[in-house]
Amino acid sequence: MSPTLLTPPTAAAVSAPVLGHLRVLEAESIHIMREVAAEFARPVMLYSIGKDSSVLLRLAQKAFHPGPIPFPLLHIDTTYKFREMIEFRDRQAAAVGATLIVHTNTEAIAAGTQPYAVGTQRCCALLKTKALLDALQDGGFDAAFGGARRDEERARAKERVFSLRDPRGQWDPKRQRPELWRLLNGRIAPGESVRVFPLSNWTELDVWHYIEAERIPLVPLYFARERDVLVRGDSLIVPEQSFVPLLPGERTERVMCRMRSLGCSPCSGAIRSGATTVRAIIDELVAVRHSERQLRLIDHDQDGSMEMKKREGYF
Amino acid sequence: MGGLLRICTAGSVDDGKSTLIGRLLYDSRGVYEDQLQSVRAASRNRTAGPIDFSLFTDGLRAEREQGITIDVAYRYFATARRKFILADTPGHEQYTRNMATGASTADVAILLVDARQGIRDQTRRHARIARLLGISTFVLAVNKMDLLDFDESVFAAITADAPESLDGARVQSIPLSALHGDNVITPSDRTPWYEGPPLLPFLEEADAPGFASASPFRFPVQLVIRPDAGFRGYAGQIVSGTISLGDPVTAWPSGTTTRIARIVTWDGDLPRATAPMSVTLVLADDVDVSRGDTLSAGPLHVGRRFAADVVWMDERPLQRGRPYLLKHGTRTVTAWSDDGLSLNQIGRLRVNTGRPIVFEPYALNRSTGSFILIDPASNFTAGAGMIAQPLTDAEREIGGDVAERLARAARAAGTHTAAVEAVRAVLEEVLT
Ligand SMILES: Nc1nc2c(ncn2[C@@H]2O[C@H](COP(=O)(O)OP(=O)(O)O)[C@@H](O)[C@H]2O)c(=O)[nH]1
Repeated sequence: MSPTLLTPPTAAAVSAPVLGHLRVLEAESIHIMREVAAEFARPVMLYSIGKDSSVLLRLAQKAFHPGPIPFPLLHIDTTYKFREMIEFRDRQAAAVGATLIVHTNTEAIAAGTQPYAVGTQRCCALLKTKALLDALQDGGFDAAFGGARRDEERARAKERVFSLRDPRGQWDPKRQRPELWRLLNGRIAPGESVRVFPLSNWTELDVWHYIEAERIPLVPLYFARERDVLVRGDSLIVPEQSFVPLLPGERTERVMCRMRSLGCSPCSGAIRSGATTVRAIIDELVAVRHSERQLRLIDHDQDGSMEMKKREGYF
Repeated sequence: MGGLLRICTAGSVDDGKSTLIGRLLYDSRGVYEDQLQSVRAASRNRTAGPIDFSLFTDGLRAEREQGITIDVAYRYFATARRKFILADTPGHEQYTRNMATGASTADVAILLVDARQGIRDQTRRHARIARLLGISTFVLAVNKMDLLDFDESVFAAITADAPESLDGARVQSIPLSALHGDNVITPSDRTPWYEGPPLLPFLEEADAPGFASASPFRFPVQLVIRPDAGFRGYAGQIVSGTISLGDPVTAWPSGTTTRIARIVTWDGDLPRATAPMSVTLVLADDVDVSRGDTLSAGPLHVGRRFAADVVWMDERPLQRGRPYLLKHGTRTVTAWSDDGLSLNQIGRLRVNTGRPIVFEPYALNRSTGSFILIDPASNFTAGAGMIAQPLTDAEREIGGDVAERLARAARAAGTHTAAVEAVRAVLEEVLT
């Protein structure tokens, strides 16, 4: 991947005939955010603490500068996120001066919901999907920004920038509206809402290149260091939660590794890696070419499972 | 060239479009390893055989089961030289709507042709839609040449038969085998008679005029940014042209002229900004500007009646006289048409708006010349329009006060049926 893509918006770059593609993507995302701020009554930004959310947050700062970000951040906390994620979340929200709403399905937690007790599908349905839908409803939010990208998974390739949801937050692939030019249709009926995906046209590599160019802070979990993990086949599990059972004879091992995508510690596998900088991660990505969801165990339950989760209201 | 190129593809079912795109993604590493694995698994479940490249581009479960694609899917790939966004539009059902969607942002259209079939009516129709949507660079991808022993005369005949609607456009005809990879990434030694570039190198070099930084400055205002009494800036995306500090600009529809005092971004003030950057502009004088207004260098047309080519995308036909919402740039107004249209039809309509909009012909500017029509009852994006020219048809012209009355009548009505009735009543009164 060529470093000429990283041209910063300096006077010199502006006089160049072609704006670098990251700057084009940035401008498009900012345009989307501003349309939402102008056309919706109560937008919210889903903040999942990962790299895509970190990019979204930076874009929101840029979109409304010198004004403040005109909507709150919402984090759906399953309580099983990595400790480092939560620390990072609180620091970042304070640093950008945004209002942070944290929502947890406390009922399900009290009832002992965790992946080893109820299975990953049901755990996600309760702690992520239901929690998200409840939080959106409680807040009366009519537009929710998410960091999903069309390149992540096949079911997302057809997703719109404005993804219309019915009053139960569900997605109907047949009801999606055509999107032409940059004219976004923000009209919704009472009770309906939209999920908005400003990073629709970004790829994983674009996100990393942008993080590098912009020096966007990230949760340290993305960078390789020695960690105590359970080695299970190809995935390395960080046993932060006491309910993660040890298999007979299993012990943690010290492995140089990092997370490719951040989720709940019991279900997010680390990968063996020596990449300690963004640049090293980019080099590794170009070389390795494994889709980032591969190490999240949840998408592997069945073929097309992401599409089913989308229909149910998960992103 | 560098930067970003937006492509759309069109072809009839079975011409090999999915195979071609799958191969582009695969060869330029736009396909991930685990997608490859799941596609291999899915291929095994159906029939044995080699990798089915077309599965990379099939999205939704229902479609996979039927073995067809029914909506626009976006794909991303990059070479060392350029990033590509590809809108894959299906060739059959709903194709007018999907083709228009994909073409609306595209710089280049790839028209796929099965060499055994030659140019078909559908190819001509796709070409017309792409031209209408403003695309001026085309690839005529003559596929399945392997089935005709890479016969040069077949290729020459198809090239000579290129749709007339492409006259005036740049057209590159390429003999391909998507299945075997001939002339997709690298030149094929089975077409020694072909001297042009393979597909990917052609796309790496093609012009990307999408944001026309050479055309005049246009800036639809999205938001007024006012963190405190000391700052008032206009946030928006430069849709065309370039602007520098001190440049004169006119605010529309008021027509007031002022100068650019600051170009503000989070990364610091800029001396100069160009399309398609998103910036915040501070004006030298205290002019009254709000969302929906447009800042420009030079004059724009302000009016409420124009002729436009409209693609109808809703199952519910466009009814003449019925009020719709028209979104143009960042302004949404009430509008109605003097003519009707039904699903997947394209027609030249006479459009009236309740309040004036600030526009240019689509042929001059893809942003200030385009609009969507929203059905106020379903909120569906029902129509996509490209403005051809302003209308001042004296006999049928509706005075400004009448337009206001129409808009008021429509707004006052509680339901859309009532609105239709109210507007019809006003129109009847005026026109008879
Ligand atoms: N011989 C040959 N077959 C091809 C070629 N391209 C596609 N096909 C076959 O044509 C059929 C239709 O291809 P597909 O990509 O699904 O077509 P689509 O409907 O246009 O997306 C499949 O059986 C492909 O394997 C080609 O270049 N040569």
